[in-house]
Amino acid sequence: MNKTIKYNIKDKALGFMSFLLIAIFVISSCSTDETQTVAKFENLVWQDEFESDGQPNPANWGYDIGTGENGWGNNELQFYTERPENVTVQNGILVITAKEEDYNGSSYTSARLLTKGKFEQTHGRFEARIRVPYGKGLWPAFWLLGDDSNGTEIWPEIGEIDIMEYVGSEPTKVFGTVHGPGYSGAEGVTKAYELENDRFDAGFHVFGIEWAPDYINYYVDDVLYNQITPD
Amino acid sequence: MKNIEFMYSKIALLLVLILMINLGCERDLSDEVEFATLGTNGEIFTDSPIGLGSDFYFPFLGSKPTAWTVDETQGYESEASMRFDVPNANDPEGNYAGAIFRVDGAGRNLTEYDALTFWAKASQGVTIGEIGFGQDFLENKHQVKVSNVSLSTNWVKYIIPIPDASKLFDERGMFWYSAGTQETAGNGYTFWIDELKFEKLGTIGQSRPMIYGGEDVDFQTFVGTDGLVDLPTVSFNLGSGQNVTVNAAHSYFDWTSSDLSVVIIDETGYSRSINPGEAKITASSAGVQAEGSLIVNVLGQFNFAPTPTRDPSNVISLFSDVYDNVPVDFFNGYWEPFQTTGSEDFEINGDNILNYTNFNFVGTQFQNPTVDATEKSNLHMNMFIPGDIPSNLDFLISIVNFGDDGVTESDRQQVFFNTSNFVANTWSTFEIPISMADRSKIGLIIYENINGSSLTNFYLDNIYFYSE
Repeated sequence: MNKTIKYNIKDKALGFMSFLLIAIFVISSCSTDETQTVAKFENLVWQDEFESDGQPNPANWGYDIGTGENGWGNNELQFYTERPENVTVQNGILVITAKEEDYNGSSYTSARLLTKGKFEQTHGRFEARIRVPYGKGLWPAFWLLGDDSNGTEIWPEIGEIDIMEYVGSEPTKVFGTVHGPGYSGAEGVTKAYELENDRFDAGFHVFGIEWAPDYINYYVDDVLYNQITPD
Repeated sequence: MKNIEFMYSKIALLLVLILMINLGCERDLSDEVEFATLGTNGEIFTDSPIGLGSDFYFPFLGSKPTAWTVDETQGYESEASMRFDVPNANDPEGNYAGAIFRVDGAGRNLTEYDALTFWAKASQGVTIGEIGFGQDFLENKHQVKVSNVSLSTNWVKYIIPIPDASKLFDERGMFWYSAGTQETAGNGYTFWIDELKFEKLGTIGQSRPMIYGGEDVDFQTFVGTDGLVDLPTVSFNLGSGQNVTVNAAHSYFDWTSSDLSVVIIDETGYSRSINPGEAKITASSAGVQAEGSLIVNVLGQFNFAPTPTRDPSNVISLFSDVYDNVPVDFFNGYWEPFQTTGSEDFEINGDNILNYTNFNFVGTQFQNPTVDATEKSNLHMNMFIPGDIPSNLDFLISIVNFGDDGVTESDRQQVFFNTSNFVANTWSTFEIPISMADRSKIGLIIYENINGSSLTNFYLDNIYFYSE
């Protein structure tokens, strides 16, 4: 880790992007959990509890549509849509559904929601309560990406904090990663967290980071499993 | 009159008893009542057998009874393990290894566990035929198995998920295995198992119960037919991301018939057709609906073959529910590679019926011993063709006699039947005169579709030799 992080991530406001399956988001502030020794995050600035059924609140969420460039840089096979088949709110839960279907030249569809242009935040606690699916090829994630200033800046310079990534072929593991210049892609600063007697597709878990000027703390539920610092 | 009084007093006594029992039901249990609790230990073998008692190893019929020992020289992170020496195929003491491990004593409560786990290795890379638990040689109600378990020459951990642990509150069948030498050209080998125990892993998920391979299978039958639905399976996703499929006893499933006036089914998967109509059999396990179903179409009352009335002392019977039958090697030899004929034999109200499907030819063999029909004049059988009688029907029955060695064919009699010998929805009765001079060692009857006959399905009953 070097100083570039400081300039390229920490000082950059990040928006949410997400292609997870089910989530409840809170950007919190509530007094810190007693088991977590962190800075105080007391000012709630943004939340979505997904309380009205149907389309997610358009004041909070926009969408990436289509297949992006080279499958959004990841060779992703799905065509992202904003159709209710792929994204809807039901019973207080945002449901993102990946489907195997022929659609606009792709064999799969899914959804990718982002707060870009609607909400940006530097530092704070970012968390979501999420239950993921299982199965080889599935790759849900909950992550932050720096604003690209309408394309004048590019990844990885804009910075990326992956709060939760999960691959369906490893149902007991998630991982959290920071990407930036010099540590992007597979070189990202990453750490996995494995459940000992449970699996992530069996129930909801709270995935969170606490991002302060000098560190990013990674949590699953009440477990702090990684701290990333600029040096 | 005294008698009458006595009877009244008896009735009064009965009433009192009934009232008392009813009162008993209403009473709360006393604080002093303690339910018997069974042990919850999940361990079966760590460095020695755990809590199995003294008489717990029961070999399968025909297996080598001494195949299992405790090996004090090696183990998984220990100095002891269970050693299984699978014998050579020509071992006179048994040509395979297989047994159950049954607790000698009270059962165990395994409801808190989700898998049977063990470490295993073998003297060579080899596939073990079947490994499981829940087999107790009693009801085998909770039998589970995985097939074709691939062992390597170093220790690997294996996981057999429990389909529904809530059923295992009193289980004695801790472990069973069956291993042969089909894959090793008849040569024996050794495998070891250690740290054998029931565990709560928590990482097993995505239970997917399935009946009939996940398909909706149609089945036609008659009123009064009993049958066992096929053994279901449950697939699980392990913490490693791998899937594993187990065969699970019917009792792990809850069985449902869509129309109880047509087909009823019990918890062991045993069904009975009771009225004409259609009913769909479905199932669920541990609250998860199973994929697949059996759609039973009950056609009506079965039209039984005429009941034989000949004096048993004049009869040598091969297949009948009226007479004692002589030993028969098989009613379908599944002769490779050209035979297509399958068997879906059934039983209705205690009457067994041979049912040949997808027919081209099929044989019934009885060479151990052969039948001496020297004193018998005829071969009797009843035959029924479901549906329409094919107009091009050409059906050959061959009766084969063997020589003194009982193996080499010495003579053969052929009898032909065609469409004119059958009436739709009616049993035909054949009284075939036996014309072979030597009929002292008859051991085979062959049925054949000939000359392009399109017969596909027929029933047989009451096959016997007789003299008048």
